[in-house]
Amino acid sequence: MQTFFQQIINGLSLGSIYALLALGYTMVYGIIKLINFAHGDIYMLGAFWGYYVINVWHFNFISALLSAMLVGAASGVIIEYFAYRPLRHSPRITALITAIGVSFLLENGMSYLFTSNTRDFPQIIKQVNYHLGGVQISNIQILILATSCILMILLQLIIKKTKMGRAMRAVSVDADAAELVGININWTISFTFALGSSLAGAAGVLIGLYYNSIDPLMGMTPGIKAFVAAVLGGIGSVPGASVGGFIIGILETFVQSIGLSAYKDAVVYFVLIVILLILPAGIFGKNTKEKV
Amino acid sequence: MKANFKYNLIWLIVMIAGFYLINTLILVGVIDSFIANMLVTIGINIILATGLNLIIGFAGQFSLGHAGFMAIGAYATAIVTQTASSPVGFYASIFIGIIVSIIAALIVGIPTLRLRGDYLAIATMGASEIIRIIINNLKMTGGAAGMFNIPQFADWPTVYIMVCLTTIIIVNFIHSRAGRAVKSVREDEIAAEAMGINITKWKLAAFVLGASTAAVAGSLHASYLQTIAPNDFGIMESISILIIVVLGGVGSITGTFVAAVVLGVLDTVLQNFGALRMVIYAIALVMIMIFKPSGLLGTWEFSVKRLFSRSKRKERVES
Repeated sequence: MQTFFQQIINGLSLGSIYALLALGYTMVYGIIKLINFAHGDIYMLGAFWGYYVINVWHFNFISALLSAMLVGAASGVIIEYFAYRPLRHSPRITALITAIGVSFLLENGMSYLFTSNTRDFPQIIKQVNYHLGGVQISNIQILILATSCILMILLQLIIKKTKMGRAMRAVSVDADAAELVGININWTISFTFALGSSLAGAAGVLIGLYYNSIDPLMGMTPGIKAFVAAVLGGIGSVPGASVGGFIIGILETFVQSIGLSAYKDAVVYFVLIVILLILPAGIFGKNTKEKV
Repeated sequence: MKANFKYNLIWLIVMIAGFYLINTLILVGVIDSFIANMLVTIGINIILATGLNLIIGFAGQFSLGHAGFMAIGAYATAIVTQTASSPVGFYASIFIGIIVSIIAALIVGIPTLRLRGDYLAIATMGASEIIRIIINNLKMTGGAAGMFNIPQFADWPTVYIMVCLTTIIIVNFIHSRAGRAVKSVREDEIAAEAMGINITKWKLAAFVLGASTAAVAGSLHASYLQTIAPNDFGIMESISILIIVVLGGVGSITGTFVAAVVLGVLDTVLQNFGALRMVIYAIALVMIMIFKPSGLLGTWEFSVKRLFSRSKRKERVES
C-alpha cells in the first residue's frame, strides 16, 4: 500500500508536467485544428532559458519560472506568426508538416548553437524529502504539483471568466461567425498560442528542476506523450488534457514500478488505443453526431 | 486491356530505358558508389511513400504508423537471411515480411480504421510504436542493439525492379474498380456507403496494401544497409515518409516520385554542411510548405495517355 501511494505521488508529479504540455496542444488544436508538433520544443526552450538565467543572471526560482513563461509565450507567438498564419486556409496536413519543420528547426538550431550535450540544470532549490506515513515526497515534487495546479486553475479562469477567454471559445466553435460579431481572430489565435506556450515554458523549468538534466532534443518524447495525453482526454477539451496528462503520468510510473519499464511506452499506447476504441473522441471529447 | 496496350508498352519501355541508363552511367563511372547509394535510398523511400500516399492520399486515412510495417519487413529479412543466406532465402524473406505485415495491418486496421482524422493518426502511431517496442525487447531480434552482418542481396537493380513492381501494383489498384471505391470512401463515407460500398473493407484494403509495400521497402533497407536497429523505425521515420508524401502532393504518385528524388538529392548535397544540415533542411521544408501549400505537384499526375490525346487534339485543331 505504501509503494502504491509512493507511485501515485511520483506519477502525479510526472503527470502534471504532461498535463501542462497537453494543455498547450489541446488549446491550439481546439482553435485552429493543428497538431502543433513544435510545442515540445518550446518546452525545451523554456528549460534552456531557465538554465541560462539561473546560471548567468542568478535569478531565483519564481523569476526564472515567470521569465521562462514569457519567453515561451513570445516564441509561440512568433512561430504562429511566421509559420502557421500563412497556412491557415491550406490543407491541415500541410500545416502539420510545417509544424514538424519548425520542430526540426528548433531542435537542430539549438543543437547547432549550444551543442547537443546534456547539461546539468542548476539546483536552485535544495531538495528536502518529507516522510508522511512511509511515503516519501520531496519539496520539488510538491512545488511541481502546486505550480501546475495553480497554472491550470489560472488557465481555467482565463478561459471561462475573461473576455479574451470567451473570444477564444467563440473562435474555436466557429471562426467565421466569431469574426462577424467583431472578434479579432488573428489576435485571439496569437493569444491562445501565447497561453499554451507559456505553460510549456513553465513545464520546461519544472522538469529541469525535477530531472536536473536538459538537452536540445528533450522536447521530442514528452511532446509526443503530451499529445497522446491530449488525445486521451479528448483533444480540444481543457479539463480533458489535464486528466489525460495525469493518467499517462501515473500509468507510466506504475508500469515502471512493476518491473516492465522496457514496455512502459507500449502500455501507454495500448491503453490509448483501447480508450479510443471505446470512446472515439477521448474521455472528455464531444462525440459529434454524423449528419448527412 | 487492349485499349491501354500502347500506353502500357510505353511505360515498359520507359522503365527498361531507365534501367539501362543507370546501368550505363554506372559502367561509365558517372555514378559512383556514393550516388548509387543515394539512388537506392531514394528508391526505398519511393516504395514507402507511394504506399503511404495510397493510404493518405487516395483512401483518405491519416496513418502515422508506416515505419512499424517497414520494421516488420526489415526484421523478417534479417532473421530469415541469417539462416538461409541465399537469393532464394532473400525473396522468401520478402514474402514472409509481406505476410506478417498484412497480418499486423489487419490486427491494427480492423479496430482502428473506424477512428477519424487525427485520432486515427495517433492510434496508428501508437500501434507502430508498440511493434517497435516489441522488437526492441525480443531476443530473436537482437534487442535494442539491432542486427548486423545481414547478407547483402539487395543491390540497386533489385531496388529498381521493386520500385517498378510496387508502383505498377499501386497505380493499377488506384485505377481499378477497387481504386474508385477507395476514392469514393475518401470523398464522402456516407455517400459511398449509400452507394453500396463496404467502407471498412476498402479502407482496410488500401491500408493492407500500403503496409505490405512498406514491408518490401523494409526488406530492401535491411538487406542493403546490412545493419538495422529498432530505433531506425521510430516515429521520426514515419514522419519522414509523411514529409515525402505531403511535399510531393497528397494524392499524386508522380509528386511522390519527385519529392523523394528532391529530398534524396537535397540530403546528399547537405551532407557537406555538417551540423547545419538539419537546420537548412528544416528551413527548406517550412519554406516549401508556406509557398506551395498543396505540395510540389498538388494532385497533378503525369499520364502518357493524356499526353497523347492532347497532341492528337492539337493536330486536329491545326488541320
